[in-house]
Amino acid sequence: MSAGLEHRYGPYGGQYVPETLMPALAELEAAWLEAKRDPAFTTRLHELLRDYVGRPTPLYLAERLSEAAGRTVYLKREDLNHTGAHKINNAIGQALLAKRMGKPRIIAETGAGQHGVATATACALLDLECVIYMGTEDMRRQKPNVERMGLLGARVEPVEAGTRTLKEACSAAIRDWVANVATTHYILGTAAGPAPYPALVRDLQRVIGEEARAQLLEREGRLPQRVIACVGGGSNAIGIFTPFIDDPVELIGVEAAGEGIDTGRHGAPLTVGERPGILHGAYSAVMQDADGQILEAHSISAGLDYPGVGPEHAWLRDTGRARYEAITDADALAALQRLARLEGIIPALESSHAIAWTLAHGGSELDLVCLSGRGDKDLAEVIRRLDLGRGGAGEQGVDASVPGGPAQA
Amino acid sequence: MSAPTGIDRIAEAFASAQGRAALMPYLMGGFPDMATSLAIGEAYADGGADLVELGVPFSDPLADGPVIHAAGVEALRAGASVAQILELGAALAPRLPVVLMAYANIVYARGFEAFAQLLRAHAISGLIVPDLPLEEAPELRAACDAEGIALVPLVAPTTPPERLARIGALARGFLYAVSLVGTTGERGALDAGLADFLARAAAATDVPLAVGFGIGTPAQAAAAADAGAAGVIVGSRLVRAAAEADDPAAEVRGIVAAMADALAAPSAETVR
Ligand SMILES: Cc1ncc(COP(=O)(O)O)c(C=O)c1O
Repeated sequence: MSAGLEHRYGPYGGQYVPETLMPALAELEAAWLEAKRDPAFTTRLHELLRDYVGRPTPLYLAERLSEAAGRTVYLKREDLNHTGAHKINNAIGQALLAKRMGKPRIIAETGAGQHGVATATACALLDLECVIYMGTEDMRRQKPNVERMGLLGARVEPVEAGTRTLKEACSAAIRDWVANVATTHYILGTAAGPAPYPALVRDLQRVIGEEARAQLLEREGRLPQRVIACVGGGSNAIGIFTPFIDDPVELIGVEAAGEGIDTGRHGAPLTVGERPGILHGAYSAVMQDADGQILEAHSISAGLDYPGVGPEHAWLRDTGRARYEAITDADALAALQRLARLEGIIPALESSHAIAWTLAHGGSELDLVCLSGRGDKDLAEVIRRLDLGRGGAGEQGVDASVPGGPAQA
Repeated sequence: MSAPTGIDRIAEAFASAQGRAALMPYLMGGFPDMATSLAIGEAYADGGADLVELGVPFSDPLADGPVIHAAGVEALRAGASVAQILELGAALAPRLPVVLMAYANIVYARGFEAFAQLLRAHAISGLIVPDLPLEEAPELRAACDAEGIALVPLVAPTTPPERLARIGALARGFLYAVSLVGTTGERGALDAGLADFLARAAAATDVPLAVGFGIGTPAQAAAAADAGAAGVIVGSRLVRAAAEADDPAAEVRGIVAAMADALAAPSAETVR
């Protein structure tokens, strides 16, 4: 179809934003439709992804992890991208698009800081002014990334509202956009928000799945049985899922169970599956109370600490095409340690949720897991938690709680 | 005939302003607490308001600047519920027509029809949903029409002409012109292009045109009316007064009265 990008995924999606932004959303959609068909644009994007970001990223057969899990596990190494996560795929693409639209100023929200760093990086490269909104709790948890953004020339705007995490950062960015829409492009960091963002971000992240699918076919001569990715807003997951949509492959999204679904302190709106609602411009799965007030999420990983999720995931869930489950803070932390010891890879706490799920769930011979980012940014938080959890018991106490292992596979 | 509908009451309020622009102060429901917000609403009526815009506090108000955002957070912290805000509307409705301002998720949570029925049951006349643009509004508009509730749409300076015409044609009660490109909040001066924008907006609709966002002084209210508005909405200035004053009701009554006086005074230069 030469029509526009999708605005709806079943009943989900839409554009629930102040009228002031509606023309900007239409302009963005038109610009993307044009750019993605323009060979000059796509060639430039491809070159940057190859020469600057480092794509294609490796597909790595994790042998010791496979042995521990009792099945073959491949990791798609998005942690090896420049800046250390998949976020740069989207940030570079949108920054190029902003340049093309003639918008000199960029704003973005960030939770883990990975999207903020990726956006600040793209803005430095393309000579764009850059302002990043970040909750002060996340600034504490992800300090190295705050420092990186500063070095890259971005201004980090601390957000004090609410729980001082990703939801509030996103609201603050949208308010900035409402006020500065003429000069500013908002680089939303995940496959959520009002149309056309979910489709735009998916288009820019599907490179993960396209590469992985071809790499796995070449290596194994077959498709994986399961594709597994963590879900915050859902961009790395939709990126790796999309090229497998028509294949006989199980798609599993792993949300944050935080301190446990029963405690209410989690970030798992898809898993919980209550009444959908509207947050940040889209109708989708969301954590809310009976009046429709949005609830505060909780996760050890700043990137999954969000009460909403992209609308396409809600529809993939409802149609049964993908399945969503949740992993607790404790299990994610244990999986981070386990991958570090088994493979010499320290994953991001976000990605550790996907690793933990794989370790804990048998029923497959061949898993493809999206290792969405590296864990450097999390070191301080991880050490702090391990010290707390250790309580003088020594490292074995922590290791004992590692989920999965050969016996469970 | 049965009792007048919400739409009728709003039309009557604009008509009875008789040549001067109707004054519509914004009230954050439940701020700083339910009892005080009722007193503030009554003070608006005492001060000479023609209608009241009653805000439902919401956790994530994307169209609001710092003052209204903070007031909403505070109201929620004090325990304000949607049911209580509706009761507040019902309590004010005998004094002046109430137009509820609620973000889309508040409406979705109860469902369109149920929400429209609740509004009517509480004698509330109209509904403004600042994050429900034209494309998303048809079902709610139908539900409101069925109950005689005016679903008031917003237009912004960024709204292109063809879109302005489509929104204007579907407006009920009045058309809400956002005076500036930005969120709610006081500003030093009105937007330079305001008169042009208001002229375009007024030409796009048959209902009265009310202007809001950024109007905080009697002089700005008068200037907005002179620039072509049939109604003037004042928000952050009054919410700030409610936050700062020792006696919020007395304070806002004075501000509203000064605004009403400024609107009643014959203008030096009447544009429309
Ligand atoms: C490494 C990493 N993985 C995953 C996420 C979650 O985002 P998404 O669900 O959009 O992939 C983040 C977000 O900050 C991240 O930094």
